[in-house]
Amino acid sequence: MNDANMNQIRYQVMWDRLLSVVEEQAQTLMRTAFSTSSREAGDISAGVFDLKGQMLAQAVTGTPGHINSMARAVVHFLDVFPVDVMKDGDVYITNDPWKGTGHLHDFTVVTPTYRNGVMVALFACTSHVVDIGGVGMSPDGRQIYHEGLFVPIMPLATGGEMNAWLLNLIRSNVREPVQVEGDIYALAACNDTGARRLFDMMNEYELDDLDALGDHIIEQSRTAITAAINELPQGSWQHAMRIDGFENPIDLVARLTISNGIIQVDYTGSSGTSDFGINCPMCYTEAYTAFGVKCVVAPDIPNNAGTLDAIVVSAPDNTIVNAPHPCAVVARSTIGHMLPDVVFGCLHQALPNRVPAEGTSNLWNVKLGAGHGITERTEDETTTFMLMSFHSGGAGARPELDGLSATPYPSGVRNVPVEISEAITPIVVWRKELRMDSGGAGAQRGGLGQIMEITSREDAPFGIFASFERVLYPARGRDGAGSGATGELRLGSGKELRNKGFQTIPARERLIIEMPGGGGFGDPFAREPDDVARDVRLGLVSAEAAARDYGVVLGDGGEVDQVETAKHRN
Amino acid sequence: MGDSLIGGGARLAVDIGGTFTDVVLEHANGQDSLKLLTTPDAPERAVLEGVDEILNRTGVSATDMTLVIHGTTLATNALIERKGARTALVTTDGFRDSIEMAYEHRFEQYDLYMERPQPLVERDRRFSVPERMAADGTVLMDLDERAVSALAVELAGLDVEAVAVCFLHSYVNPDHEHRAGAILREALPGVSISLSADVCPEIREYDRMSTACANAYVQPMMAGYLNQLEDGLRDRGLVCPLLLMMSSGGVTTVATATAIPIRLVESGPAGGAILARDIARENDLDKILSFDMGGTTAKITLIDDFQPHIARSFEVARMHRFLKGSGLPLRIPVIDMVEIGAGGGSIADVDAMRRIRVGPESAGSVPGPACYGNGGTAPTVTDGDAVLGRIDPARFAGGKVTLEPKEAAAAIVRHIGEVLETETNIAAAGISEIVDEHMANAARVHAIENGKDMVGRSLVAFGGAAPLHATRLADKLGIKRIVVPQGAGVGSAIGFLRAQISYEMVRTRYMDLREFDPRAVNEIYSSMRREAEAVVRLGAPDEPLVETRTAFMRYRGQGHEIMVSIPVKEFGTGDDADLADWFGTAYEKLFSRTIPNLGVEVLTWTLSLATDRPSLATVPQVESSYQPEPMGQRRLFDPASGAWIQAGVYARGDMRPGAMIPGPAVIVEDETTTLVTNGFDATINGLGQIVMTRAAGGVSS
Repeated sequence: MNDANMNQIRYQVMWDRLLSVVEEQAQTLMRTAFSTSSREAGDISAGVFDLKGQMLAQAVTGTPGHINSMARAVVHFLDVFPVDVMKDGDVYITNDPWKGTGHLHDFTVVTPTYRNGVMVALFACTSHVVDIGGVGMSPDGRQIYHEGLFVPIMPLATGGEMNAWLLNLIRSNVREPVQVEGDIYALAACNDTGARRLFDMMNEYELDDLDALGDHIIEQSRTAITAAINELPQGSWQHAMRIDGFENPIDLVARLTISNGIIQVDYTGSSGTSDFGINCPMCYTEAYTAFGVKCVVAPDIPNNAGTLDAIVVSAPDNTIVNAPHPCAVVARSTIGHMLPDVVFGCLHQALPNRVPAEGTSNLWNVKLGAGHGITERTEDETTTFMLMSFHSGGAGARPELDGLSATPYPSGVRNVPVEISEAITPIVVWRKELRMDSGGAGAQRGGLGQIMEITSREDAPFGIFASFERVLYPARGRDGAGSGATGELRLGSGKELRNKGFQTIPARERLIIEMPGGGGFGDPFAREPDDVARDVRLGLVSAEAAARDYGVVLGDGGEVDQVETAKHRN
Repeated sequence: MGDSLIGGGARLAVDIGGTFTDVVLEHANGQDSLKLLTTPDAPERAVLEGVDEILNRTGVSATDMTLVIHGTTLATNALIERKGARTALVTTDGFRDSIEMAYEHRFEQYDLYMERPQPLVERDRRFSVPERMAADGTVLMDLDERAVSALAVELAGLDVEAVAVCFLHSYVNPDHEHRAGAILREALPGVSISLSADVCPEIREYDRMSTACANAYVQPMMAGYLNQLEDGLRDRGLVCPLLLMMSSGGVTTVATATAIPIRLVESGPAGGAILARDIARENDLDKILSFDMGGTTAKITLIDDFQPHIARSFEVARMHRFLKGSGLPLRIPVIDMVEIGAGGGSIADVDAMRRIRVGPESAGSVPGPACYGNGGTAPTVTDGDAVLGRIDPARFAGGKVTLEPKEAAAAIVRHIGEVLETETNIAAAGISEIVDEHMANAARVHAIENGKDMVGRSLVAFGGAAPLHATRLADKLGIKRIVVPQGAGVGSAIGFLRAQISYEMVRTRYMDLREFDPRAVNEIYSSMRREAEAVVRLGAPDEPLVETRTAFMRYRGQGHEIMVSIPVKEFGTGDDADLADWFGTAYEKLFSRTIPNLGVEVLTWTLSLATDRPSLATVPQVESSYQPEPMGQRRLFDPASGAWIQAGVYARGDMRPGAMIPGPAVIVEDETTTLVTNGFDATINGLGQIVMTRAAGGVSS
């Protein structure tokens, strides 16, 4: 009988189980979290590690920003607290942006897990807390010190006792102390859930350690990703993209090299750091770069230590993609979210017809607030509120498919229903509709952005914490396609607002947000005239744009005028 | 039982599924059942044929029938296949795209080619009118009635068959929707009008809009079908009442089903859960896992204290690998279950990491698994079971399909064995092991999402494939007892006969407990009771009714509410402290802790009104036990030892209560086979159910 083969199947089942264990760990965290980004957007991560700090399994959650960053974080914890000084009942914590996941709002918690008195694994998780003090979720800060409380790697619990002084310190430094403490408890609790499920598995399969299983997982994954990379054309390609930035436009430049089973991405040539909080620590740059590469090269291979080293990311010091302490970093996603587009620009040269056009990419999150410390005092009492709602412009067109409208990529967030936002704040959203003609023209059309119009029910001003991209530089199309429309931020009375930083909307004014569209793919004149007619019928493209951008002329009934169209297209 | 519709006389249950229409007749002398192929072009045809055939066979006359209970996947199929009515949507100005933008979410993180589900109503049939409510129900902008009238003219020109109306915050103040609905009804006779405040008066505009659109979309077809069916039954002299099974596990009248047909989706699986609930009661098992595995999917429901958990939302028509988010959300009361793409027909292959993957793609009934010999070449779960000796090739599906194990082996060798360089038996065992693991993982995640666990849980297995996979699933979940009911192959229809007449109401009324308003709560409950009673009384004019209430609550600042049971009472000042306590208890049960000093708020209030449940007899004691002789022997592959072992074969129909069968064994019946693995023993209990228990000290593999 072939025991080796049966063992292979046992390993596979245990691997599946381990993925289920971290999935349960992540579900527990999402369901108990307070921060909107954690619970609605899944801005969390959860994973299990071996005693060397090698990640064996990670839950698939809404945020690519934690993909490799959390995996590396555990190694940083082990540097400070080696395995032999850890004890049963200990829990460790940090929000160090350079050793965790890129900004102070993300806490990472690591729990060594003991079975029968022997450490068998480490569980780690990350989540985005509601507040961490400082200037808040706005890129107006100029140094990390403006952005709130910094907790270096330290014990959260020792021998099962929570570190009461640390919790007290955190409570005293944040605006929503009860919720933040709740989130920290949720982090610790989800690691415990993971540990319990792991014990169930080890009991069922009579395992004393995870060594052999870990080797199997890492080996199989490494072999698979190496094979996937070796199937690609080998070589080196460069691409650059200019984005709005805060005080100055920013160039993101990448050179991508495929060789010997490894994909290297180097950001030499990218702009220097910003004076505001849009800088990106290296860990976050690595996370979004690796995500972009994996989406194209190996979307089905789970993330673990075997895949971690197949994608090597580098950048010179003091660049916007490798910003050192004490740069301000709270809105590091401004840069991070753009990196897959830069990677795709390189890969498109190597692999035509595999990657999408540029999209809005950066989230158009609507962060509003009013009241004490936010807007000026009014005679009537102003309701104090903070609102964070996730929204998206259009995504880039795909080689065979139109871009998705009002859909995030690379982030995986979800929006907050308008009715929920209105129930808990004085805000009224008067319009939330797709934005006609915002998708880049192409054989495949870019995704449409959306328009939101917002007022307050109170006779009082409210503020917006703006952090928007693609207002000056659009998402570009590929292979002869047009760009998506740029975004726009203004008052109902017509006054333009800046795309970044806090600004006030005066009482009785309306805030109008027009979100960008995604770039198109391929020659617009090659788009099926019937598809263009359908877009016009559905009000996604105007008749004028159909004629101007696509060369498609429509008759009175909306049908394609074949003769005129042929003339236009020649 | 007096005037009771449920109980007494001969009763008929009919379940229309995707492939088969199941008919079960319960009469003075017992129970008969049959299966017919579903007739998709006119589904009532198979139903009426089945009714004729079973009445003929049993000699029960149409006039002896006291009740017909019907469940159907017609509404579900119309949504999946997009074969519903030509529907228009009317929204508040500025919001006609909410139905398309949905959650602005990608459900598949890594898939660059992902497509979002298409809304049921295309953009050129989505209209908006000026009007606006605030979140507290005050009018921010009056309804422009002239705009509604003008729109009615436009809609008439578009030949729409159904219209859904969904205005913002209509769950708190439905005045504008009601007025717009009245104008449209008057101007568009014969067109179905669905108002979101009637179908789903709950906060969250996308979910409410989606539910209202789906209701409008299936309404004309369901109304026509129910009409035809009633006529057909009447023509046959069946003048007894016809009741419809709902997704909540309750039954309702044709009138209600016609008004809110969206509540009929997934009624088949709900029937299965009701059966499992009663099996639990009969066997006094207070924690069970109901495991229903058919050809395409497996449904897993956790039932504690003989009461399935009712969830408020459900996703229908998942387009992409059954992934969460790839379907259309419906906010309806539904028995909370997890459905995964794991059935007998699920296809297996090997991925880049040399891992066997199973499902969710299914070979369906055409061409079916390779062993059907109908041209299927992809290996499936059933092929694996056939190779492992678990299924008698001559008796599959009551002998209607003769299996070809050679074809099964060939498919497995080609797609799994050769790729992994492994023996056929090991590859087949791998398929089985992976699908079992997949189901076990789904059960575990479902449990954690509901704050439950597997400790002390028993398994109730039904559906064609479940009794084959039950012991291994039980091993993986640490479950020690399994019950396989009689008639496992038509379990859903049997469940229909055991359901209560009921109706569930829901209202969103946001309330911070700091501003607790007992009068408002009492008003909500008395009006919901009135409405629910009006519906339930149609089917149960005189019976005593049982009311239950829940509130959906959360800590201020959280995004997800949890369900909290609250008592049926008149609320007064100071009861906010009780509500906070009840919430705390429920929260702790789910998450093992509470959070001090944090405010609590209520979003939604629900009420369920049902006829009382008849008390069930527990399983009668068996007088004496015996060891039956097997009717034959069969070779089974034992994955643990990697060897072929001999197992006794027993015919279920031949065994009496008290029969004791040690594993390994197979117990065969027309619609399924029960696999008793090494380490389990089976007995036949006083109700003829197979009860498998883990043998003392034995560990099954």
